[in-house]
Amino acid sequence: MKLKTTHPLLSIFLTAGYPQLNDLPRQLALLEKYGVDFVEVGIPFSDPLADGPVIQESSTIALKNGMQLSLIFQQLKAVNTSVPLVLMGYLNPILQFGMDRFLAEANHVGVKHVVLPDLSIEIYERSYKEIFDHYGVTPCFLVTPKTSDDRIRKAARLSEKGFVYLVSTNATTGSQHLTTLNLQERYREVKSLCGATPVIMGFGIRDKATFEAATVDVDGAIIGSAFIQALGSGKEEEFLAQLKSPK
Amino acid sequence: MNSYLDTDELGFYGDFGGAYIPELLRPNIEELEQAFSYYRNDAQFIDEYKSLLKDYVGRPTPLYFSAKLSATFGAKIYLKREDLCHTGAHKVNNTIGQILLAKRMGKSTIIAETGAGQHGVATATACALSGMECKVFMGEKDIERQAPNVLRMNYLGAEVIPAVSGSKTLKDATNEAIRYWINHPETFYLIGSVVGPHPYPKMVAEFQSIISEEIRQQLLEKEGRRNPDIVIACVGGGSNAAGAFYHFYDVPEVQLIAVEAAGEGVMTGKSAATSALGTPGVIHGSMTLLMQDQDGQITEPHSISAGLDYPGIGPLHAHTISSGRVQAIAVTDNEALEAAHALALTEGIIPALETAHALGALNQLTLNPDDVVVINLSGRGDKDLETIAKFINKTS
Ligand SMILES: Cc1ncc(COP(=O)(O)O)c(C=O)c1O
Repeated sequence: MKLKTTHPLLSIFLTAGYPQLNDLPRQLALLEKYGVDFVEVGIPFSDPLADGPVIQESSTIALKNGMQLSLIFQQLKAVNTSVPLVLMGYLNPILQFGMDRFLAEANHVGVKHVVLPDLSIEIYERSYKEIFDHYGVTPCFLVTPKTSDDRIRKAARLSEKGFVYLVSTNATTGSQHLTTLNLQERYREVKSLCGATPVIMGFGIRDKATFEAATVDVDGAIIGSAFIQALGSGKEEEFLAQLKSPK
Repeated sequence: MNSYLDTDELGFYGDFGGAYIPELLRPNIEELEQAFSYYRNDAQFIDEYKSLLKDYVGRPTPLYFSAKLSATFGAKIYLKREDLCHTGAHKVNNTIGQILLAKRMGKSTIIAETGAGQHGVATATACALSGMECKVFMGEKDIERQAPNVLRMNYLGAEVIPAVSGSKTLKDATNEAIRYWINHPETFYLIGSVVGPHPYPKMVAEFQSIISEEIRQQLLEKEGRRNPDIVIACVGGGSNAAGAFYHFYDVPEVQLIAVEAAGEGVMTGKSAATSALGTPGVIHGSMTLLMQDQDGQITEPHSISAGLDYPGIGPLHAHTISSGRVQAIAVTDNEALEAAHALALTEGIIPALETAHALGALNQLTLNPDDVVVINLSGRGDKDLETIAKFINKTS
């Protein structure tokens, strides 16, 4: 994925296998139709520590439906989409699958970027960097407004072929208190610390207004919980229509 | 010299440990690590901690020679009476230490998870003592089976917040506490066992190490030697075991036995015997042994004892068990209940059901008459009487 940054990038997060086990291909086609710039495909986990109730619930349902990593790859192999895909998930299911095998499969289905929220920069560099490099997969690291400048620069360097994921505020996903206003200056600093690496904001972005507010200072934003809620009530198309018009 | 207690610069004991946390918690963990590494060497901090342990907790706790167990099992069996600590379990050794640290870090709200409620009570107690606000996360199932401790926490001024996700036990209470911490980074998360991201396992083990420090002194008086032959402790997350083993890890002639909850039996699918059933993985911020399915989803454990009903163990235990330094044994619900009742009838001590697992391990050991055995009596069983009564009604 080479992210075009001529316009604010819209990314959508969804949980694979939610609400129905085989929904992913149809969902990806819809997101493509609405011109979403990239999609984060969430790997469901039993104990998603950084997630609020909406994504937790979608994970639980996806697992009950029988979703597993091997099936995600199978589904991704079968879809034919021009929208770049990012895999996002907690480390444990990936470690059980095998990091080597995970990266090989990701590469095989054309996924070049992963977001692993509970993998720190330090542990990545010690244990996994070599193998990520081998498969040409880029980890997109999370930073927050409170992350130190040095660490932000480092994240930007390691994620340079992808993006830096800027967590808008200290909160689990789906939280309503997006405090864009008083943090705007910090967002701009983060953007400048990241240099050429795109900065995509996530957590708390839920509609056109919050998307527009978020992308004043950075390159794009990710909508997660709000889209999952729309999926849950079968209103995903209406949701996308208020963000963008179809291609 | 290499010690089993050494961690590397990322907080790993061998292959286990580390800090697998979302970036959101990084500042909290760094702040804690700095404060801990400073104050653990600060004379004033240590003085205040030691004097509270003495005058408030009631330490040293006795090392009691159990004539009855000794006669039954044919060895010299001592009970380290952590049940006599203020609040009724070893948990308070740790909460007093962490609350002093929290105070120095300028924190005013404490959050904690609890299984059996003993850590919740010990946290509520420490908060009352130091004028801090206290929120305790507890699985809905545990709220039911450890009701007396819920009352105690409330009476001490703490708010008990039910965790309703997953199996509604300790794992889920810990998830909820971590999520709350992410949303409220100004609070201090007071973890109750040697689990969680580095530096928690190391810190909690140090605060509990007073247990083996005292055992060494007390044995010298009673047996003329500092080292027992065998130390036995139950393991939920593993804090009482870490404390009881601490000063013996690097003394190879002391046999260390960690007792896990077999539940209805290790192979029944209703068990919490993590080291027998678990494989390496990440839970609650550290790489350790944990119970999971082939897809890496964490599975629901079972134990009659809320404090052992946890699918992981602390990374120090994962390290020392995998390397063969510590031997793990599993004891079933029924064996624990029997061992608890036997101690009540013969010694007049009602142990916690967690502790009863350590007692139940005696049946599985071959002992010599001169063996000096120390069992860590981690807590008292008042909180479990309802669970025990239910069980008796069901089986009689
Ligand atoms: C009396 C008692 N013993 C043992 C435990 C298990 O915890 P740990 O393994 O951390 O000692 C608990 C936990 O609640 C407890 O209350």
